[in-house]
Amino acid sequence: MTRRQKRFATIGVGLVALGLASALVLNAFRSNLVFFFTPTQVSNGEAPQGRSFRIGGLVEAGTLTRDGDGLTVHFVVTDTVKRVPVLYKGILPDLFKEGKGAVAQGRMGADGTFIASEVLAKHDENYMPPEAAAALEKAGATGAGRSRPTTASPQ
Amino acid sequence: MQWNSFGEFLAMGGYGLYIWPSFGMTALCMAWEVAALRVRRTAALRSLSRPAAGEEKAS
Amino acid sequence: MNWFRWSSLQQFYPAAGKLIPWFASLAVAFMSVGLYQGFFVAPTDFQQGESYRIIFVHVPAAWMSMFLYVIMAGWAAAGLGLNAKPSFMMAQAVAPTGAMFTFLALLTGSFWGKPTWGTWWVWDARLTSELILLFQYLGFILLHGSIDDLRRADRASALLALVGVVNVPVIYFSVQWWNTLHQGASVSVTAAPKMATTMLAAMGLMALGFWMYSLAVTLMRMRCLTLERERHAAWIRGLEES
Repeated sequence: MTRRQKRFATIGVGLVALGLASALVLNAFRSNLVFFFTPTQVSNGEAPQGRSFRIGGLVEAGTLTRDGDGLTVHFVVTDTVKRVPVLYKGILPDLFKEGKGAVAQGRMGADGTFIASEVLAKHDENYMPPEAAAALEKAGATGAGRSRPTTASPQ
Repeated sequence: MQWNSFGEFLAMGGYGLYIWPSFGMTALCMAWEVAALRVRRTAALRSLSRPAAGEEKAS
Repeated sequence: MNWFRWSSLQQFYPAAGKLIPWFASLAVAFMSVGLYQGFFVAPTDFQQGESYRIIFVHVPAAWMSMFLYVIMAGWAAAGLGLNAKPSFMMAQAVAPTGAMFTFLALLTGSFWGKPTWGTWWVWDARLTSELILLFQYLGFILLHGSIDDLRRADRASALLALVGVVNVPVIYFSVQWWNTLHQGASVSVTAAPKMATTMLAAMGLMALGFWMYSLAVTLMRMRCLTLERERHAAWIRGLEES
């Protein structure tokens, strides 16, 4: 019995040590695992300079405009604190909408406009029939009818 | 029910090409796994009846 | 002590044989009702249209991929702690099914991501950690297969399974810890579900179906492993007739 208990203890200690080690490693890598930067992070200079990165946030309502060629679009990505204008030439995904989340890959232009080479839509985790969404919107409930800002910037 | 016709059901509002492969591959994987296990079981049972050959290969 | 372990497999084998048809029937029943619920009762989604229906296979598969890994690691730990061959064999029996569900979660996620996000794949924390989980399953299976001495193979792969269990919470919390393209959890222990009830019912039924399926298939594989590894045992010799 004591041998068995000893073996369990060794395994337990090993697991705890491993957990601690991986927690430390994960913490160290935390900043490198960022998939996109928020407009606030960009304006604080946290985004990489001079090379391609991703910017994520909500597409500000009323800012989406199309040029005459039908392909070039302008919109503003916001995290409700800071805003970054984005220029993109290409086809937008189905779920790309004003007021919804989006992630754009590209680089910062000299005039402060983000030149995107790829735009992805980021949807939230709410699922409901359209009638329910409309009813919620009508009732002025926050959250489900509209995308919440927290969806785009979880931290 | 939200489908007015079988064609509409298949089209899935234009997403049929994404939805049906998802469900199809899931069904296929499950069917394949069950079939593979049946074959494996038959083979294991058969090898019991001629142990000498099986053991020589295994060791 | 040897006779005890030996006889537990002997008792397990026929018991599992009796249980398999029940779990298989339950799996078929839950999945049939789940598919009906998912395609004919659950309504269209307000923002994703019909494409969201992929959730009915995607989320249950993703749940099973993580759940089965924990189960596998649990058997591996029991095997190492008790030095019990049947526990190691259970870990071996779970692994291929876990790998299959991980693959399906990634594949169906890809089919869902293309029309909604606009891409088949991105290297965000959720997708990357789930891909690592697939490699962990494959590594576990390959490591066991590459060592000839079964006792050593059992211990080495069990240790690998245990070490890898840290990735499971990473997958689960990745959408909270990092900025990801993948959305947060719709169903969690701490918050009310962010899904309409009819949709949630379809997802729950499918998850139950996958769970029953996993039980049936794992028991089937365990019986195969028993036949292969215990073929010298006298009680096994009597089975070839049936």
